[in-house]
Amino acid sequence: MTAQDFTPDEMMAIAASRALSNTDVCFVGIGPPSAACNIARLTHAPDITLIYESGTIGTAPDVLPLSIGDGELCDTALTTVSVTEMFRYWLQGGKITVGFLGAAQIDRFANINTTVVGDYDNPKVRLPGGGGAPEISSSSQETYITMKQSKRGFVEKLDFYTSFGHGEGGDHRTRMGITTKGPTLLITDLAIWKPDPVTKELTVVSLHPGTTKERVQQTVSWAVRFSDDLQETPAPTEEELSVLRALKARTAAAHAGNRVETA
Amino acid sequence: MAEFLSLKDAVTKYLKSGDTAAFEGFTHLIPHAAAHEVIRQGIDELTVIRMTPDLIYDQLIGMGLVRKLIFSYAGNPGVGLLRRVRDSIENGWPRSIEIEEHSHAALANAYEAGAAGLPCAVFRGYMGTELQRVNPNIKKINCPFTGEELAAVPSIRPDVAFIHALKADRKGNVLIEGIVGVQKEAVLAATHSIVTVEEVVDELDTHINACILPHWTVSAICEVRGGAHPSYAQGYYGRDNKTYIDWDPIAADRERFQAWMEEHVLKQGPEVFADRIKGLEVTP
Repeated sequence: MTAQDFTPDEMMAIAASRALSNTDVCFVGIGPPSAACNIARLTHAPDITLIYESGTIGTAPDVLPLSIGDGELCDTALTTVSVTEMFRYWLQGGKITVGFLGAAQIDRFANINTTVVGDYDNPKVRLPGGGGAPEISSSSQETYITMKQSKRGFVEKLDFYTSFGHGEGGDHRTRMGITTKGPTLLITDLAIWKPDPVTKELTVVSLHPGTTKERVQQTVSWAVRFSDDLQETPAPTEEELSVLRALKARTAAAHAGNRVETA
Repeated sequence: MAEFLSLKDAVTKYLKSGDTAAFEGFTHLIPHAAAHEVIRQGIDELTVIRMTPDLIYDQLIGMGLVRKLIFSYAGNPGVGLLRRVRDSIENGWPRSIEIEEHSHAALANAYEAGAAGLPCAVFRGYMGTELQRVNPNIKKINCPFTGEELAAVPSIRPDVAFIHALKADRKGNVLIEGIVGVQKEAVLAATHSIVTVEEVVDELDTHINACILPHWTVSAICEVRGGAHPSYAQGYYGRDNKTYIDWDPIAADRERFQAWMEEHVLKQGPEVFADRIKGLEVTP
């Protein structure tokens, strides 16, 4: 059964969750990727292996972590390894099938900026930085990206290249000596995008219910390419929506404060 | 050889103005009490290293004690940006700091190389990123056997490493459990190390492959109950997420930040941390 009322954010999280499979070994970024990965685990992919860069392997949190290293992740993990081991053996070693990332800025070839807005040495806004993303982007077998669309986020030219997507397009990844696929999917609050097989330019392949091409273009700084075979994303099912809302409610309650007041 | 000291005496003994210090902890076991002691003692001109600088680096930088920051992700995870770090980088308040920016993979490898006594770390990374344009400490090196181009960064060898751990026995052997981060590597890479612990016990009572720092790898052990708060200690108390969320508006305003530091850090001692975890304790 299909749900009638849902928000664009809910559609984004649910569409992103559908991209994951039961056999994936997924390196999970904090924020929207974490929500999507856990909805997948709680719906169609109960055996998915979720890995967070804090070293937790095979984790199954009951609430979404506020940080990448919340105790909930360790408590529910199959095992927890050091951060050194995580990056060396598990990520660099090629064990990750999907790296799931968010971003502050993205360009048409799915390169990502999470470092600065403005000039590096004299930034307008100093963002947190790359964290694990530069190597998640090159060492995961492929990467998915999820973020909301806005002109500020979907830019003609990045202020800084934190994580390499498809570079200038075409075979740029291969020319850089990178053997992994890179970004193969972008899920936003309005649409699903995939890189063109040849040019690698992000192309809208599916519009979420109620969204128009015009609305997509209004939130992107470059001239958007739409697939000749443009689809409509199936609306969330009642089950997907209820799982997502229950997860969000548990998370909000947990983050509001876990302190037990004592007399 | 581990010496049991008060936190105040340990910081006075081992950390000097101008030193390079790593306060490690990956969300879990962040050495808040130790950083606050450094702030109280006003030890300045520090080069501070951390994969994930969060509130304590916001505080050290906001108090003007830092000359240079080496890092890979500077944020208040799930909440936002670090306001004091931003104010320093964007506006030079209270002073400008030098930054050396890496990725997590690079710093994790650099800590391991430091622990292994190597001058540099070699790994597959920084491919196509712009970080090597702005950080001269990121170099390329070719594998002598296959010719593959790899990344190289200097190893991390801090003067002093600060970590918080769960417990130490009376000899000073230290146990870390849960998310262990890069703390073992940081201690083994450092010249001196100061370890705050939740408690000192007769027996560590653990399993045979546990993450243990033998007493002869640690300089000083300081018992500070709650010393990671608002971070957490596995099996002792949970992460105080509300305090992380509440930090954002405090750090957003220079005067409010200074008043908060005066009241909650400068006028306090390590003993206040035991009170701060009341109600957050994990029941076994």
